[in-house]
Amino acid sequence: MSTIPATDIPEQRARHDARHDRLFAGLLKACALIVLAALLGAAFATLWGGREAFGTFGWHFLVSSAWDPSSQEYGALVPVYGTLATSFIALLIAVPVSFGIALYLSEVAPRWLRTPVASAIELLAGIPSIIYGMWGLFVFAPFFAEHIKPWLTNYLGNNPDDGTPSWVATHVPFVGKLFASDYPFGASILTAGIVLAIMIIPFISSVMREVFQTVPTRLKESAYALGSSTWEVSWDIVLPYTRSAVIGGIFLGLGRALGETMAVTFVLGNAMDLSASLLDPGSSIASTIANQFSEAVGLQKSALMALAFLLFVVTFIVLLIARLMLRRLASREGR
Amino acid sequence: MDLLYFRRRLTNALALVLSTLATLVGLAFLAWILWETLRQGLAALDLKLFTKITAYGDQGGLANAMVGSLIINFVGIAIATPIGVLAGTWLAEYANRTRLGETIRFLNDILLSAPSIVMGLFVYTIIVLPSTALTHGNTTFSGFAGGVALALIALPVIVRTTDEMLRLVPPTLREAALSLGVPQWKLTSQILLRAARSGIVTGVLLALARISGETAPLLFTAFGNNFMTFNPLDKMSSLPQVIYQYANDPGETMHALAWAGAFVVTLFVLLLSLASRLLFARKVSHD
Amino acid sequence: MTNAAALALAPSMAPPEAEPKLKVRDLNFHYDGFHALKNIGMDIPEKQVTAIIGPSGCGKSTLLRIFNRIYAIYPKLKATGSIELDGENILDPRYSLNRLRSKVGMVFQKPVPFPMTIFENVAYGIRHHERLSKAEMEARVEQALRGGALWDEVKDKLKQNALGLSGGQQQRLCIARAIALKPEVLLLDEPTSALDPIATGRIEQLIEELKSQFTIVIVTHNMQQAARVSDRTAFMYLGELVEYDETEKIFTKPGKKQTEDYITGRFG
Repeated sequence: MSTIPATDIPEQRARHDARHDRLFAGLLKACALIVLAALLGAAFATLWGGREAFGTFGWHFLVSSAWDPSSQEYGALVPVYGTLATSFIALLIAVPVSFGIALYLSEVAPRWLRTPVASAIELLAGIPSIIYGMWGLFVFAPFFAEHIKPWLTNYLGNNPDDGTPSWVATHVPFVGKLFASDYPFGASILTAGIVLAIMIIPFISSVMREVFQTVPTRLKESAYALGSSTWEVSWDIVLPYTRSAVIGGIFLGLGRALGETMAVTFVLGNAMDLSASLLDPGSSIASTIANQFSEAVGLQKSALMALAFLLFVVTFIVLLIARLMLRRLASREGR
Repeated sequence: MDLLYFRRRLTNALALVLSTLATLVGLAFLAWILWETLRQGLAALDLKLFTKITAYGDQGGLANAMVGSLIINFVGIAIATPIGVLAGTWLAEYANRTRLGETIRFLNDILLSAPSIVMGLFVYTIIVLPSTALTHGNTTFSGFAGGVALALIALPVIVRTTDEMLRLVPPTLREAALSLGVPQWKLTSQILLRAARSGIVTGVLLALARISGETAPLLFTAFGNNFMTFNPLDKMSSLPQVIYQYANDPGETMHALAWAGAFVVTLFVLLLSLASRLLFARKVSHD
Repeated sequence: MTNAAALALAPSMAPPEAEPKLKVRDLNFHYDGFHALKNIGMDIPEKQVTAIIGPSGCGKSTLLRIFNRIYAIYPKLKATGSIELDGENILDPRYSLNRLRSKVGMVFQKPVPFPMTIFENVAYGIRHHERLSKAEMEARVEQALRGGALWDEVKDKLKQNALGLSGGQQQRLCIARAIALKPEVLLLDEPTSALDPIATGRIEQLIEELKSQFTIVIVTHNMQQAARVSDRTAFMYLGELVEYDETEKIFTKPGKKQTEDYITGRFG
């Protein structure tokens, strides 16, 4: 072969490329900004929709338990309480169970069993929430009404079958009220909390399992070498090492629970009254919106929008904390 | 000494038993939920589900809801995929380690778990209300609005997987292309996205699985329609919305139909997540 | 010797010392506050093989990556000084990257075929710089694959995905892809470090063949390889150019103690 001459590139070509590069980068950036727009838009749209309610009731909206379309009185307390109570119950159940699952999958289970079990648990996370809702409505709520609720009212509540308050109700403050109920059905704040717990367990346990796996093997091995038991390694080494990410995972689950609509709407009973009992029906923000929005007009619609705004802000803050906590571990890993 | 040792062993054994128990409980609920869906769904499975529309009530099927679901999901994915892939590409290739890039990546993770019902209300405000005003007060719910609401839910899933998959592409591939004088946009669109293709497809499948069961964002956007329609600008029913409606109905037959719908949705979603998992596993083993 | 003889014979018409292809002057390179290259100055002669050796972290790859400004894709990296290619400073921002990269090709440590067919891998870069007819393109790809000593192995499977080739074949494909643009300088960054001895042998043989057409700069951690393939060798240590001379001299009677220690395996 003879000497190959240098390829001649017209400068025009370079300018051409530079222009295309700028256009392309601009297009990409515009798409990325849509993510930002979606979040801001959701916040502004609900705030705008709720302006009438916020304007009419002011701060009183947050603390009023009224929800009366006939007198045009609306307050957020009942649905806010329902949202917080169901989510809190869900966390109370889901956190220890998820920790157990994550522990089992990362330290206890025989290796061949880990992947299939983890996949099965993650499968649970993929089931649409409406299926949880249906299962809750048709299967779990009747089961709860028949088997669990009587037990709770009898042994913890203050209005059991035989007329005398239970030992717990007379000796421990508040508990009696929490578990008192004349309502004969299964739908209640507690039921919704349990269904929510089942729903968020796969989320929390997957995050926990993932972060447990980031603990360096040498760290665990050196603890085992000192004679630590599996439990001691998990509690004294793994958990402290991953603490922030574990909290992040819990908050992620909380964010899910707060905003969940379908799993709770079916089993919450949709009552707009405030009740101290966990066995009475209630409402959450999402269930109230789902139930009432299509028929609502005027101030009621605006009140529902205002509720949506509150929900959005609260979940945003919870998820913000979750991501910040999760990130801490990631940055330690140098990712 | 022996006592201490015994206590430590006892604690350990207890913890291990409890953790095993927690897993068994988790799996038991999974089995319970799937079993009920399977049992009640199969019992109600009937050819008329696929041939008759919901207008016949308890004599009818779910044909229009299934068609509606397909159309709404398609609209959602068709909107979310290009935007999500391009946005994810921007995060990975153009804005990695920049402040705006990090912020958007972070906010995208939040959007990933934002309450879907609020997204429904957002789309109600920006699409349903204005089009209602345009048509002189006829409330114009539409399959398209439902699709946009689902797109907002699919978007962060696709953005995130695209971003992650592109960041897995070895930097040498970029250097090799750039050292040939290939401009950045060609490198990105023709080489990097191709290299990350199977991962991105996985993300799209995951997003589809995610939106297929979504109910809340559809209630005030697509609304529902008891008749068959193929027009995305029309009110449109979807499987989850019909399940929601039927499950709240007092009639037993309606419940059976709801279970049948639930069975179809669950099967679809599980098959999708299985497919995306297999695809991803293949990609990982291939590398 | 011939130069000296010519000088002696006709001092008045002495031909100028052959102009180097690349002239590096006062080159300094910083990243993240780390001074990675310190006052490098060297001349790289045309159509010869120049090897850069040194222990890992000495800056040899960094130096190579400045020759086509590939470092510029990462933020916060800064090169000062000058590198003249045929008398023009390529570090000057006005020197278009497009032009530079069509003149200076590069092959990397690990073979990185694009996720496309074998044919497309070679055609892809050409298409960006030149508009060729189908027949011209086919001829050009064949020429490049022959140049990369790969033609006979792949001529029947040009439409297959390049990822299906063996590591050595992939690396020769990357060389073919680089020379398809008809560059003047070819940069090889440890091109055989991921390959087995047989594939390495083939690449070394190929380098020998290519040097009649290209100015080749090769970074290698393998001293024997430098000795086998190169005409001149540069030894770098801690970001400095310690010694740069004819390969034979470097390996037989190095001028500096550090070079000798490295060559004889006392460190690195």
